[in-house]
Amino acid sequence: MPFIMILYYLITAFLAFLLAWNFFREKKKAEDLALYLLVLIPLVLRLLRIK
Amino acid sequence: MKRPAIVKAVLIVVFFFFLIEGGLRLYRHRQFDIPVVAGPGVTRVGRLSDFGPGLKGTKADTLVYFLEGPEPGGKAVLLSSTHANEPEGLLATLLMIENAVVERGTLIIIPQFNHSGSRNTRPGDGYPLYFRISTEWGLKKFRMGNRDASPLDQWPDPDVYIHYPDRQLLSYIDVRNVNRTWPGRPGGPLMEKVTFAAMEIMRREKVDIAIDIHGAETMFPVTNCIVAPEKSNRIATMAALTVKAREGFDSHVEPSPSGFRGLSHREIGDYSDTLPFLLEAPIPFLDQPTGPKTEKLLLDGKDPFLLSLAQKKKLFVSYDESGWPLEKRVGQHCSLTLEILNQYSKKNPDRSIRAREIPRYAEIVQNGVGHYFHDPSLAQKDKVFLN
Repeated sequence: MPFIMILYYLITAFLAFLLAWNFFREKKKAEDLALYLLVLIPLVLRLLRIK
Repeated sequence: MKRPAIVKAVLIVVFFFFLIEGGLRLYRHRQFDIPVVAGPGVTRVGRLSDFGPGLKGTKADTLVYFLEGPEPGGKAVLLSSTHANEPEGLLATLLMIENAVVERGTLIIIPQFNHSGSRNTRPGDGYPLYFRISTEWGLKKFRMGNRDASPLDQWPDPDVYIHYPDRQLLSYIDVRNVNRTWPGRPGGPLMEKVTFAAMEIMRREKVDIAIDIHGAETMFPVTNCIVAPEKSNRIATMAALTVKAREGFDSHVEPSPSGFRGLSHREIGDYSDTLPFLLEAPIPFLDQPTGPKTEKLLLDGKDPFLLSLAQKKKLFVSYDESGWPLEKRVGQHCSLTLEILNQYSKKNPDRSIRAREIPRYAEIVQNGVGHYFHDPSLAQKDKVFLN
């Protein structure tokens, strides 16, 4: 795997972590909770090397 | 928000449901192999990485079938699935691999040239993951691929793709499009390694002809045609006129633009002695203003919106209620390929290429594409290749 690709996987993992962190910290808006998880799906699929 | 813990728990369950349900389908699609029964003409099967070691162990590596005749002659390379969402090319070359017998010269066939693209899909456009062809022994299932390589194999995309070696600025997505990365280089992005390996085949094997088989939208002007650069133009014209006169279907000749870089019909000719040709057959499935992108539309090419546009003369091909079925598209590709080989052989008798048992347009339209595929469960195990 080229070095730049590894960097992009690290960026993806970081963004996925931020979304998960915000999901668990959110206490007020149910819409935001759903949006965090919606955005998280493609990032997790990429990290799992599925899509 | 009342009871946030319960809301979160429900959302997490929904999240995992979509992740697993969608993810499993995509995972299975990427892992799905198409069995190919090597016919009596296949003398050996290699890999593209034999010519470009940079591909070894990657999803871009793909099978290369050699059909060598008993008499020496010329050599032709046939490529399909350059764009893996144009399956008529794949079916035409698989049909040749399973049936063709070469009497003179050599056919080198790479049916899934963009192998990574063939394991990619476009869920955002509602592409079916698979399509099935009816055969005499049941349904044969194929992966539906995408135009570009999977980002799992080549990522990230640049802001702008700078073509090598001409440095022409192309769209960012073209870095994963193997019909923009010719002639390639051994140390470039993965798709440049793919085209470099193919160029190595042309140079090392002293290939006379290369035919890159595609499909194109009915609303795109470069459709139903043979694209040829100056040096291939005479043979392309003779092939187009001959199929029109003898077999009754149209396929005009389009000149390969010298100012647009990275295309097979341009760079193969410019960077080797090989004569390149690119075949396009109309594929309504790829047009934008159609109904849902279903397996049926892919196979029969019938769409009411395109019919309405045809009546308003907005299409570049004739179009009626019969659509543009797969049989016609595959039939055109087989006939045009045979005719290009025939015309080349007439002009170069010492480098002629002669093959039999490849059906022509009328036979494929009459019998259907599935008629020519063999049941892998009945074939000798060493003759079945998973691609």
